[in-house]
Amino acid sequence: MVVGLSEAEADRVFQALADSTRRDILAQTIEREQSVSALARRYEMSFAAVQKHVAVLERAALIAKQRRGREQIVRANAPTVRGAAALLDAYEQLWIQRANQIADVLAGEEGDRR
Amino acid sequence: MTVIDSTKDTDALTLTLVAEFDADAERVWEVWEDPRKLERWWGPPTFPATFTRHEFVVGGQSRYFMTGPNGETPRGWWRIDALAQPRQIEFANGLAGEDGEPAPGVEPAAGHVTFEALGERTRMTVQTRFVDAAQMQKMIDMGMQEGMGLAIGQIDAVLSLAAV
Repeated sequence: MVVGLSEAEADRVFQALADSTRRDILAQTIEREQSVSALARRYEMSFAAVQKHVAVLERAALIAKQRRGREQIVRANAPTVRGAAALLDAYEQLWIQRANQIADVLAGEEGDRR
Repeated sequence: MTVIDSTKDTDALTLTLVAEFDADAERVWEVWEDPRKLERWWGPPTFPATFTRHEFVVGGQSRYFMTGPNGETPRGWWRIDALAQPRQIEFANGLAGEDGEPAPGVEPAAGHVTFEALGERTRMTVQTRFVDAAQMQKMIDMGMQEGMGLAIGQIDAVLSLAAV
């Protein structure tokens, strides 16, 4: 459970997020896991340069890298990106919205009966 | 107010939400049972859900997709594990791949829903239990994802965590 980051961890996170390419790589891997080569195709820079950015994000524990066959797969490291509490907050918002929509569906039926 | 209580357990990774509706339990049950009614509330307004399959029987399977503002269609599935009409539903809810079938290696979340009559009203309690934070992140991304908007929100969350 991540409740906060140590000073050294926070430094690595800030440093990793100080670069727009790295922020974009993180955003891409939050959306879905990606291979390093798929990521490299997105940017106008060398494969080695993209690999270096990935390594910085990995050191900050913002992403995790895993070898799958010939590919290196990168995914966002959820516990660092968002603490479990923040994730449950987001899920709570989703369910509050669902409950309100159920109330709307039921109220709509009520109207139909009149 | 529809939602009367919500409890989050960050160790057990559960969310328990209690809501009350001005309708009897049979009618609240129907919004789960009838796929056309279910579609009207399962997805957020920006990500409406379409159920292509909905077998509301024990062991029954559901398949759905959501349609996002940029035409993206995240997919998911349900499996009904227990039903007691109109009192209780237990179901698994997981992410599906491009083919609409359950994605291998992704554990579903466990949903436990109960309905309780309060005179003419009904109290609905929904408990969702996640296997781990990574799975929870994926489920939330699917339910709430608004492309880069959320990704930026997540970066803000990192910064606020770092500021603690």
